[in-house]
Amino acid sequence: MSEKNPKIRTGPAESAAADQGRQPAVKAPAGEGGWTTVVSAKRPLIDFNFGEIWRYRDLVYLLVRRDFIATYKQTILGPLWFLIQPLFSTIVFTIIFGQVAKLPTDNIPPFLFYMCGLVAWGYFADCLNKSASTFTGNANIFSKVYFPRLTVPIANAITNLATFGIQFALFLVVLGWFIWKGAPIHINYRVVILPLLILQMALLGIGFGCIVSSLTTRYRDLSMLFGFFVQLWMYASCVLFPLSLYPESVRWLLVLNPMVPVIETFRFAFLGAGTVEIPQLLAGAAVSLVIFVAGIMIFRRTERTFCDTI
Amino acid sequence: MSSVLQVAGLGKRYRLGVISRGMLYKDVQSWWARVRGLEDPNSQVSHQPKTDDTTGESFWAFRDVSFSVNPGEIVGIIGRNGAGKSTLLKVISQITAPSRGEFRLRGKLASLLEVGTGFHGELTGRENIYLNGAILGMSRAEVTKEFDRIVEFAEVGKFIDTPVKRYSSGMYVRLAFSVAAHLQPDILIVDEVLAVGDAAFQKKCLGRMDEAAFQEGRTILFVSHNMASVRELCTRVIMMKSGRVEADGEPGETIDRYLDQSTLDWDGGGRSGSGRLRVTSVQLLNAAGGRVTELPVGEACRILIGYENRGLTPGDEVTVGLSLHSASTDIFCNYSHFSGRTFANLGERGCFEFSWPSVDVVPGHYTLGVRVFANGDQHTGERLDTPPPVILPVVPSDFHGNGDRALTNFGVILVRGQWSVRGV
Repeated sequence: MSEKNPKIRTGPAESAAADQGRQPAVKAPAGEGGWTTVVSAKRPLIDFNFGEIWRYRDLVYLLVRRDFIATYKQTILGPLWFLIQPLFSTIVFTIIFGQVAKLPTDNIPPFLFYMCGLVAWGYFADCLNKSASTFTGNANIFSKVYFPRLTVPIANAITNLATFGIQFALFLVVLGWFIWKGAPIHINYRVVILPLLILQMALLGIGFGCIVSSLTTRYRDLSMLFGFFVQLWMYASCVLFPLSLYPESVRWLLVLNPMVPVIETFRFAFLGAGTVEIPQLLAGAAVSLVIFVAGIMIFRRTERTFCDTI
Repeated sequence: MSSVLQVAGLGKRYRLGVISRGMLYKDVQSWWARVRGLEDPNSQVSHQPKTDDTTGESFWAFRDVSFSVNPGEIVGIIGRNGAGKSTLLKVISQITAPSRGEFRLRGKLASLLEVGTGFHGELTGRENIYLNGAILGMSRAEVTKEFDRIVEFAEVGKFIDTPVKRYSSGMYVRLAFSVAAHLQPDILIVDEVLAVGDAAFQKKCLGRMDEAAFQEGRTILFVSHNMASVRELCTRVIMMKSGRVEADGEPGETIDRYLDQSTLDWDGGGRSGSGRLRVTSVQLLNAAGGRVTELPVGEACRILIGYENRGLTPGDEVTVGLSLHSASTDIFCNYSHFSGRTFANLGERGCFEFSWPSVDVVPGHYTLGVRVFANGDQHTGERLDTPPPVILPVVPSDFHGNGDRALTNFGVILVRGQWSVRGV
């Protein structure tokens, strides 16, 4: 069809294109196989686009920057809320579970015990919640412009690191104060595992969040259940009671929850008490990885036609 | 020369009824009913044989679309509302996946389906330029290289470090388009976004697109209802009709062909009346007598109402009328007998012509109702035909003659007036 077209001014177009500093992709041989993008109705089952996301790394950076600025510009109290929130929860849990219910805390001062768990859980829950609203929260922009959709949950996980950093610093201050007061805390070399724990929480949060996000595009009523579910998940993740509280016979069940070893290890590293077994830790990491991969597969499937369903 | 975009047998199907269920419990309900061998309580109509191809009702937004585009071409895509143009561009922009066929492209593609996508009010103009550039696929280094030109083109100057929530709508649009205009993609997709902004800026944008194509060899796909700018800008025009490519070729010829058959779209709904005379088409002519598909505010126009005589006798006196409605209110009606005209001795086919001296309504989409009566007016006569209403788009123009096309959307009508002041 295009051959019929008489009005293309070829000369200057070609020479200008050659002069300009164009994208490498375009400079690539323009032979019959030189297509940069092929989009087909047929779709492979496993279709990751990590290369593309890497090309869009500047977008990830700018999304992180945007969320960061948007959060901090609006209120003076902005960063302060991040401190008030875990402090307040910790106080409530200390009173209810420590003072009233008198649940054991592996001989750690209850305040420290709860705060440690809540700070770690907070990062995971943030990643999970933000990822879970990827599609519904960005429907407007997703239906107007293409970019790799996964950049959004990835950017969220990075932005959440800032919140986590603030809360973690607060935790360290509280920890220091307790050590200075002579509390029986044994912070130990295992803290070096912290980056890995954060990575695992990010992968699990993004993966599970992507699954939820994909499902909620189809079933809006799931988002109601989801908030409740996250709450329950926290109770089942040893944030409020140590793994040692459970009888040996049921502990294997909790290992299915990859957040249990994460929280226990986190506490073991910083407070020196907890139940950590290497096989559990590895199993948790493996489960997280599987959920992450599954999440991305479902996410990739959903993003193709998501705009048709909103 | 090898093409930059090749579209082969592309189609997009939408399913109706299946997706809109949207509730988990209903899916569970359907599943439970099937398990027990009962009829699905949520199915649309009784039993339809379920095959791979027909799960629920579906329709093709477009199908079997094939074409290829060479570097440097500016391809206009025209067609009526619902012809599938915008969906086609959405698929090529990778916003949604095709249901059939495939397309290949060489180089980088950027689409501009709406300006300012991803702008964030809290961020400054500078930060938004970078963010918007990144969303559209530019790297930070590329944005930095073009930064000064973007700011200059957008004419926002010293406000570049002000949060965009404080921008006027004109500045906002200019900044957004400016980023897109300097994207340097190999293929740029533009959908109707030029309807915003003032006349001077529109001209600048068209000029920029022209330059991008002819001097830099970029390819542009351009959807518009504005035939004047399509004619001016494009080197080739693809006309779509009911989801298929109807014509593909030289702009002048294709646009003329489109306008020749362009009647306004019936807005659904049935007809009523005896049917001895039927309204077959409604067409618009601009002040110069050219066929158009939308009316600019403040200009004269003519509305042609085509008819087919199906049993009127020469003695029947026909009164024709039309009425204009917005979404919220009725605006006016005008019958031929208001100005003393009724029509007798109608031939087999022909058209009534309504001359509208000045379209003074606020820009937007209106519906136009047409009625035809015989031997009396709308109260006493025989109702011959009331076709379904048609959609009448009214677009902004320089109504007040001050170069500003951003007209108010306050109220219903626009009024030209003069102001003065006098001391007491």
